[in-house]
Amino acid sequence: MSISKRAGLFLAACLVAPAAFAQTPQLGTKITEVDVGAWAITVLPDGTNLPKGSGTAAQGAKIYEEKCVACHNTGGKGGPYATLVSEAPLQGRGIEAPKTIRNFWANATTVYDYIRRAMPWPQPRTLSDEEVYALVAYILEQNKIIEPGTVMDAKSLPQVKMPNRDNFIVKFPDKI
Amino acid sequence: MTKKKDGLGALDQVAGNGLMSRRLLLGRGAAIAGAAGSLALGGTGANAEPLKDDEWGRSQGTTTKEVDPRSRFEDKVKRTLSNPNGEPRTQHARTPHHLLNGTVTPNHLHFTIVHTGAPDIDPAQHKLVLHGLVKQPLVFTLDQLARYPMESRMAFVECGGNSAPLFSPEPVQATVQQIHGLVSNAEWTGVRLSTLLDEAGVDPRGKWVIAEGGDMSALSRSIPLKKAMDDAMIALYQNGERIMPGNGYPMRLLVPGYEGNMNVKWLRRLQVTDQPAMTFHESRNYSPVLPDGKAFKFYFMNEVKSFITHPSFGTTLGEPGYREISGVAYSGGGRISRVAVTADGGKSWADAALQGPVNPQAFTRFHIPWRWDGSPAVISSRAWDEAGNVQPLRSEFVAARGETKEPVKNLLGFPNQHYNSLTSWGIASNGEIKHVYI
Repeated sequence: MSISKRAGLFLAACLVAPAAFAQTPQLGTKITEVDVGAWAITVLPDGTNLPKGSGTAAQGAKIYEEKCVACHNTGGKGGPYATLVSEAPLQGRGIEAPKTIRNFWANATTVYDYIRRAMPWPQPRTLSDEEVYALVAYILEQNKIIEPGTVMDAKSLPQVKMPNRDNFIVKFPDKI
Repeated sequence: MTKKKDGLGALDQVAGNGLMSRRLLLGRGAAIAGAAGSLALGGTGANAEPLKDDEWGRSQGTTTKEVDPRSRFEDKVKRTLSNPNGEPRTQHARTPHHLLNGTVTPNHLHFTIVHTGAPDIDPAQHKLVLHGLVKQPLVFTLDQLARYPMESRMAFVECGGNSAPLFSPEPVQATVQQIHGLVSNAEWTGVRLSTLLDEAGVDPRGKWVIAEGGDMSALSRSIPLKKAMDDAMIALYQNGERIMPGNGYPMRLLVPGYEGNMNVKWLRRLQVTDQPAMTFHESRNYSPVLPDGKAFKFYFMNEVKSFITHPSFGTTLGEPGYREISGVAYSGGGRISRVAVTADGGKSWADAALQGPVNPQAFTRFHIPWRWDGSPAVISSRAWDEAGNVQPLRSEFVAARGETKEPVKNLLGFPNQHYNSLTSWGIASNGEIKHVYI
């Protein structure tokens, strides 16, 4: 076969192929978002994927006593594991200042996401969505980030303004 | 030209305190070997004892095993553990760089950090799902992925908190393993993530990929789509064998040059989104605090860095004379282009030889011949990458990133993240090595 003929066939193949990815194996099994279901636990900062339901600090306090206090101590003051409630500032304490939910975390949705995926240790993903809302409300209220009695749900949680949210600098803007 | 006792000329010295030209490692290697031999004779002043047949060579050796163990004399070459009893907190295992050579970290010595233990994943049951802002969500088994075109590449993986003890205002007295043990280098083999993303069809709104592991804490990180489409890989093999459990068996995300935590292990889910998830780890641990109280977010890249492994703290130099200084250099910014070494505390520097092939985002070993005259010396290394980034001097680094208020006492702690300045070793006349700052 001449080079020009081969080139012609190659060109024809390119024109027939609907897209570049048609040439890759395509061995994945199709699935629907509904069937990803139980695995799709990520909550985004704008509230995307927050579940239905709601909770208050009063409800959260009871769950906290039952499922969290052994590791995080009374009122979330920490010990033996992470401090959850603290008004200690970040600024002025050096580069090694302990980062807390109040003095550091930029998004309240992170509290929901992390409790739901990883807590309580070692029985993660056993809390109901309502229990998670209640614990988030409890932690945010104890930290004086939300007004007492504020109900946490899919609408209110993403609107919570975290105190340190404006103190971040994107290190490599060109990488995003 | 004046010849010294070891047969090397004064003109071979290219920087202060006995650093010699790296070219001696190439064209004149034989001369160096001969010189070292004559130095050994001159140094001891005695002849070697007559040779005899050794006992181990006159009897049947050990039986060959299916999986080879190391020599029993190498038992001291091991990782150090932060949490050997598996208490309910993070476990770190650090690589003994001062006892290794070359660039490949053996799999059983590759560093690991696991937050909730390594899950015991059955590869026949494991699934990877790719969904979110895509035209067609897809789920893959390991067998399906293993049929894709495979690609192999060298890559370092480094914890964003590696070298954290060097934020101390006073140099900690610790080995390379204790200071820099949370980085390792391996050949990873797997499937390009871009291939799978193209098959699923990324929606134009997609800007991030949230990667999640199948561990107890379902660890997750947000990866820019830019990186995911560039050189990210679903890695299935580590140095030729299936990935070790502590490194993500049966599959992990490899994002070359980006902080270790983003290379999500036990990978089970990838979700394309229009925004970062601001997960626990990216919100808290890997956002380093700056001296003014602000903090960097999305630090991602591990910047150009090098350290001398031989000689280093924990060993003692013997008699004066010829020896080699060597270490590793690497950069998230690409290939290492240059490493300079000093033996006089930074007054003068000489370029080290780079052992090829020099791969991007991978360990490059550097070597330079050195004639130690037995007087106090301070050795250090500094690396450059192909993108023009240079490893900052300590004064530059501290000015930008600060130090801890008190000297660091806990070598296992993480007072801050992303340290990439110099590591320097002070050598006393008696051969003792201390960690020093220059």
